[in-house]
Amino acid sequence: MKPALAFLRNSWRQLTSMRTALVLLFLLAIGAIPGSILPQRRLGETPVQQYFIENPKLAPVLDQLGFFDVYAAPWFAAIYLLLFTSLVGCVLPRLRDHVRALIKTPPEAPKRLERLPQHTVYGTHPTLDFKGWRKVRREHPDGSVTISAEKGYLKETGNLLFHSSLLVILAGVAIGAQWGWNGQRILIEGADKPFCNVLYQYDRPVLGPYVSASDLPPFCLELEDFQASYLENGQATSFEATVNGGQKFRVNHPLRLDGANVYLLGHGYAIEARYTDAAGRVQQVTAAFPDNNDMMASIGVLLFPDANGGDPKNQIGFEGIYLPTAEGASSLHPEERNPRLTLIPWKGDIGLDAGIPQNVYVLDTKRMTPFGERKTLKKGETQTLPDGSKLEFLGTRSFIAISVRHDPGEPIVLTGAVLLLVGLPLSLYGKRRRVWLRLHPDGTAEAGGLPKTDYPGFADEFEKVTRWQSTESFSPSR
Amino acid sequence: MAIDGVFLTLTVSGYMVAMLLHAADFAFGPQSHVARAAVRERELVGAGGPAVVEGAPHPYAAPEVEPSSEPRSRWLLPAALIVTVVAGAAHLATVLARSLEAGRMPWGNMYEYVMTGTLLATAIWLFMAVKKPGVRHLGLFLVLTQVLLTGVAGIVLRKPVAPLVPALDSVWYVVHVGSIITATGLFLVGFAASVMYLIRSGYDAGKRTWFYPYGRLLANAETAERLSFRLHALAFPIWTFGVAAGAVWAEAAWGRYWGWDPKEVWAFISWVIYAGYLHARATPSVSKRTAAWIAVIGWLTMMMNLFGVNIFFTGLHSYGGV
Repeated sequence: MKPALAFLRNSWRQLTSMRTALVLLFLLAIGAIPGSILPQRRLGETPVQQYFIENPKLAPVLDQLGFFDVYAAPWFAAIYLLLFTSLVGCVLPRLRDHVRALIKTPPEAPKRLERLPQHTVYGTHPTLDFKGWRKVRREHPDGSVTISAEKGYLKETGNLLFHSSLLVILAGVAIGAQWGWNGQRILIEGADKPFCNVLYQYDRPVLGPYVSASDLPPFCLELEDFQASYLENGQATSFEATVNGGQKFRVNHPLRLDGANVYLLGHGYAIEARYTDAAGRVQQVTAAFPDNNDMMASIGVLLFPDANGGDPKNQIGFEGIYLPTAEGASSLHPEERNPRLTLIPWKGDIGLDAGIPQNVYVLDTKRMTPFGERKTLKKGETQTLPDGSKLEFLGTRSFIAISVRHDPGEPIVLTGAVLLLVGLPLSLYGKRRRVWLRLHPDGTAEAGGLPKTDYPGFADEFEKVTRWQSTESFSPSR
Repeated sequence: MAIDGVFLTLTVSGYMVAMLLHAADFAFGPQSHVARAAVRERELVGAGGPAVVEGAPHPYAAPEVEPSSEPRSRWLLPAALIVTVVAGAAHLATVLARSLEAGRMPWGNMYEYVMTGTLLATAIWLFMAVKKPGVRHLGLFLVLTQVLLTGVAGIVLRKPVAPLVPALDSVWYVVHVGSIITATGLFLVGFAASVMYLIRSGYDAGKRTWFYPYGRLLANAETAERLSFRLHALAFPIWTFGVAAGAVWAEAAWGRYWGWDPKEVWAFISWVIYAGYLHARATPSVSKRTAAWIAVIGWLTMMMNLFGVNIFFTGLHSYGGV
């Protein structure tokens, strides 16, 4: 039993030593690097899939080791948890010592004050003003009197505050991950395209383990208007979305609702089109075309699964490119100055019913055949397909990409950050120092000073503190 | 060419001239090898010229050069400093002109960011050169860095003036970028002081390869080390504040205070490394040289964040306009 205890105690000492902490800090820094180099799942699945295609051998191995979600990987957690354990092991004893130091009086003067970095002697008993110092006066049997004074406790207080606030931040992050949720989706303009805060309406919902679908606060959003303004060179200057009867929000100014915040992350054009099949049946769609570049050249698909009676062999789909200010194959400006929609028609199985997850902005043409010519349309123009069916480009609407989030850990993390910023300067710039004064029974006196931390200006302060404070006209011999 | 372009040309050429003067000071100044060689030769001639022991003299045995031995080259260091002041004034004019033309704070893209950060570094450096004459030789490292950074900013990164993109249109733009730039300027000068300390203390320990021979010309090791620590101790809380302000802004702009965007990752890495430096510096069992090397690594991570992340990675902080 005893060797085991000794082993444990030694391991604990090792873990809480500064060297270990430094090594762990470096490991943490190095461990964070792959997350900036390799594609991360939390930032989007597509680049990760791309990486798998480009590195078919390496990618599965990296995936096993958690390199595509580094900051949730067990080995990364191991580093920071060890670091925090080491931190606790360091902070707790220091906290105990500091509390003791705060309760206790400053220690007795050393026997030989002249050995201290600062020392001065007086020919008579001086009156020193230790204002702002924690001090204690001690009388001794030999008739001498010592005064011990100490200052700069805030340095250690700041140090402990700084390190404890890191624990507060960690707790806030953990609470946010357990009880927070978020989701993204696209919201198309118009009363017929509302979005309500239920789980299945999101593209990529992320729920903490302690959140269930029924916990989402009930609200609906309806995009009434979206305004974007641009410079002549196409650079955007402002975006603003209006929802639910005049509530406005924009980039940097989210819509703060009860229990959730709505952030404006992107915007684009949605294409409205009507397809009339050979039998005269009509289907109308409004499809968001995400932008592909700064000039809002946009790519998307128009799907008509109900065309030709909904027969999976005879569905109709269009690949489309939308250019708001068309000039040849590119767009010159993000505003709609010369809008053109170019469509490539396909016929066959769109694949919506197969239940295979797919990118909704790309047409899966594996089970389809080309159906007529590529054509470029203005708003209101119609394209006629070989079977006499028609596609009409009715117009465009705006759409916005929003992120809806709730993170209950935020106030805790913010509190931690504020405490950290209070503690840090105290810890870095605070200076712990002690001054002792000994009054000898023979009428002489001496003072000594000791800076407990790196403090180049201590000599000046010592000189000031130990200067003769009496109003009497003679000065002490020094 | 816009008015800031004229000042920019002046700035870069000014730093170049200052760099040449500093280099000349190293080569021909009163403490240089050339000057010492001249003195040694005179001594040898005077002694009648018997065979001399080859090899570098022992550092502590090296003859201290009389200040009057080479009077013509004593103006080089003051001249380098004056030219640095002129270049710094042109640098300030560049940033002001840009700011006035754009009608906003001058850090809307990578060119403006680099120019403002380096301007701060020059200001901090000149302040220290006035306060502590002993560190003036350090100017070579600083102006060399300035020539490289302002040169790259002017030639590669410069873009025409444009208003801010909507994502940057926030009060946090001033708070976050302002504090990050200030901390970066301080870290830059702190890095230069650490390099100076490493060279000087290496020289004192008898190293004579690479740059170590120049250690003899530098301020004493303890001064450089203390200076480096004070600069880092000042920069670190400002950096922490800048990162925290960025997190507050990120919450409003992107919906989360921290998302491991590449820029955030590297800001975190720099924070961890500099925290490591401060801990190492406060631990007696860790040598000051080890601590100084950590500070150098810290600066490399800063450079990685400024150039590497903007050029090689795509992320949410992509306003660089490279």
